[in-house]
Amino acid sequence: MTTESKASKATLAEQFRSFIDPEFVITDDETLKPYECDGLAMYREMPMMVVLPETVAQVQRVMRICHEQKVPVVARGAGTGLCAGAMPHKEGVVLSLAKFNRILHIDPVGRTARLQPGVRNLAISEEAAQYGLYYGPDPSSQIACTIGGNVAENSGGVHCLKYGLTVHNILSVEIITAEGDRVTVGSDGLDSCGMDLLALLTGSEGLLGVVTEVKVKLLPKPEVAQVIMAGFDSIEKAGDAVGGVISHGIIPGGLEMMDGHAILAADDFCGAGYPRDAKALLLCEVDGTEEEVHEHIAEAEGVFRKLGATSIRTSQSEEERALLWKGRKSAFPAVGRISPDYYCMDGTIPRRHLAKVLLEMEEMSEQFGLRVANVFHAGDGNLHPLILFDANVPGEFEKAEAFGSAILELCVEVGGCITGEHGVGVEKIRQMAVQFNDEELQQFHEVKAAFDPTGILNPGKGVPTLKFCQEYRSIEHKQHKHEQTDAAHG
Amino acid sequence: MADQIQTIQEQVLQARRDGQKLNIVGGGSKAFMGRTADSSAATLSLAEHTGVVEYHPVELVLTVRAGTPLTDIETVLAEHGQCLHFEPPHITKASTIGGTLACNLSGPARPWAGSVRDQVLGVRLLNGKGEHLRFGGQVMKNVAGYDVSRLQAGAMGTLGVITEISLKVMPKPAATATLVREMAIDEVVDYMNRRAAEPKPITGACWVDGKVYLRLAGARSAVEATASKWGGEVLADGDQFWRQVQDLQHSFFDNPDAPLWRFSVDSIARTPALDGPWMIDWVGSQRWYRGEATLSDMEPLARSAGGQVSLFRGGDRSGEVMHSQPEALKAIQRRVKNSFDPDGLFNPGRLYSWL
Repeated sequence: MTTESKASKATLAEQFRSFIDPEFVITDDETLKPYECDGLAMYREMPMMVVLPETVAQVQRVMRICHEQKVPVVARGAGTGLCAGAMPHKEGVVLSLAKFNRILHIDPVGRTARLQPGVRNLAISEEAAQYGLYYGPDPSSQIACTIGGNVAENSGGVHCLKYGLTVHNILSVEIITAEGDRVTVGSDGLDSCGMDLLALLTGSEGLLGVVTEVKVKLLPKPEVAQVIMAGFDSIEKAGDAVGGVISHGIIPGGLEMMDGHAILAADDFCGAGYPRDAKALLLCEVDGTEEEVHEHIAEAEGVFRKLGATSIRTSQSEEERALLWKGRKSAFPAVGRISPDYYCMDGTIPRRHLAKVLLEMEEMSEQFGLRVANVFHAGDGNLHPLILFDANVPGEFEKAEAFGSAILELCVEVGGCITGEHGVGVEKIRQMAVQFNDEELQQFHEVKAAFDPTGILNPGKGVPTLKFCQEYRSIEHKQHKHEQTDAAHG
Repeated sequence: MADQIQTIQEQVLQARRDGQKLNIVGGGSKAFMGRTADSSAATLSLAEHTGVVEYHPVELVLTVRAGTPLTDIETVLAEHGQCLHFEPPHITKASTIGGTLACNLSGPARPWAGSVRDQVLGVRLLNGKGEHLRFGGQVMKNVAGYDVSRLQAGAMGTLGVITEISLKVMPKPAATATLVREMAIDEVVDYMNRRAAEPKPITGACWVDGKVYLRLAGARSAVEATASKWGGEVLADGDQFWRQVQDLQHSFFDNPDAPLWRFSVDSIARTPALDGPWMIDWVGSQRWYRGEATLSDMEPLARSAGGQVSLFRGGDRSGEVMHSQPEALKAIQRRVKNSFDPDGLFNPGRLYSWL
């Protein structure tokens, strides 16, 4: 980790202003302020400065200077990330890719798009729509989040089970290395020779390189999509229904679950017509050709009915499909309305443990004295518990954090992981010590060093130091268990 | 069904103490791939390290030991109507899942189903220090730590000994049909790409010997409707054709001594005019060529088609057989290798002379 930066703010700014429009080398506190956090606003830090280069050559020069002077660099897209992965370093430079927002080329026959990293996720599908194509991964922030950030986080969305994550939908990336070299990893072909550096870079949270171009695959837009909404009187039954559909050989385009709290909040928010007495709700979307959708919808309805659905409604029009999805898609703002603040977690579990995990989460909720609502990418086991709290009540965020931490550790305990799609960043760096042992973490550090020998790229994120882990596992962890017990008694 | 990890780990530790280099071998079916193995290296066999560790059909997740033959895995999956939908090549019956991942080999469904790398959810790996490490996991979404699991794809064992793999598996399609028609090599790439751009249940597009083969797979009604819409002759033993392409057993691959080149390129690129025969698979993204040539002759052709080339089988295997790498990436890969295998024990020079 670099702390030995020898650059003074003034001389560094002067250097950058010699080749970047001086207006876009930001050093004053007022203009720096919006950059102090990403989508996880609880974690904040003011950067030394922000630069917004306009050409790849400028990015390269920024990297060379920072490498030479050992100045930390935090690359940033739209800043919608949810793990403080783009939180600035106080002695570092925020390298904003906001000006790289052009779609460079769409090939409608080869079904690819070449993009600058600041292109918004949704803009890709909007532009490709004229050719009957779209880009698969659709994180819930897709209106604002950028493809460069998607690569950094290996973003998913609600269609991952069938269409994959970012790593499955990109062909190549151009990166600027920590040392300032410009290289392309991957190619226009599907597989490249040798070790899969493209996969390694995807989801590396800006710790291994700065993405300056991305080539993505585009998919033909399905002819038809229909969604089944099914209510259940228990989480177990809904969980079994998910397994039932998949065992039946159907891979839904989207398969989402909401618990009772989320159902009520979402239905109040947008009047989606959800079954308000249900304890769990499934949204199962089937897409494909008309014949395929017709066949699979009938089969899936049969499975849900057999496995005890208390209500079933299947969309008969695009409007109805949009309405049924609206509740799920607005679940976060809906929950935002019933609580002053909420904290969104992101663990993944093997689906068979869903009922156990949700039950234990209910118990923790009572222990911590905080409510929790659950939305769940049921197809791929990715949980998004929303912990409700009030930041104005002293100590309540800390309590929410401890609750979140306990949830993530539970995910690891049942064979899952601490983050499905939001990333580790600063937020989950402590739980990395629960997920991995020291040898594994040391291997991560050495991989990092292979790309970034001086440790200037996003230092302090993603992988904890071993010393930190040992402390966390012994002292903090025990303390945290005590807090839980105290909360239970309190 | 045997867990040999202790023995294998001990062999690695011993090799490290002795400074003995190791050739990692599973079923031994892919010995022809990569550069010629270092003759001073001892064999580290994974062939006995076999068996399914966990399989949850409802989760679509399988965990197996790396030495497990593909056919054993497929037998277990078939009992639940599931399959390895990336269609790994069975070079021989002994081909294992570990070797398939190390060589990143996938079959005709690859453009739609993804590659073996795409299905990997986690691995256990012995690094060059003899540490048995676990990366990724058994869940489909997991961004904790670097994706060391998928990094192994194509590394040909140079980063460590893959001992266990967790994979995503998928249901077998309910129905398949293969459409075939004659077509010239100049027309076929555009034709295949245009078909692939339609929202139809296509899972194969291959051209060989003047004929283009399209495979439809999925719900029966969808396969039948698309087959009648697209037209063309329905091939009676279509599944057999695809199986031959998948396993490199098609007559195109006969004569194992004639050099076989694999181009991985932009699906719409023109096919270079060369003297020997071509097979065009993966909608044009993967093109096989048979003929004498040098890597330095082939690289510019691959580069102008947006991709890379490797000498897959035959020819001179003492020099480089993989597309060359720019200096900056060479430096990074050397350091990555060093981070996993500081003493250079595993498969020295197998992937590149410099690694």
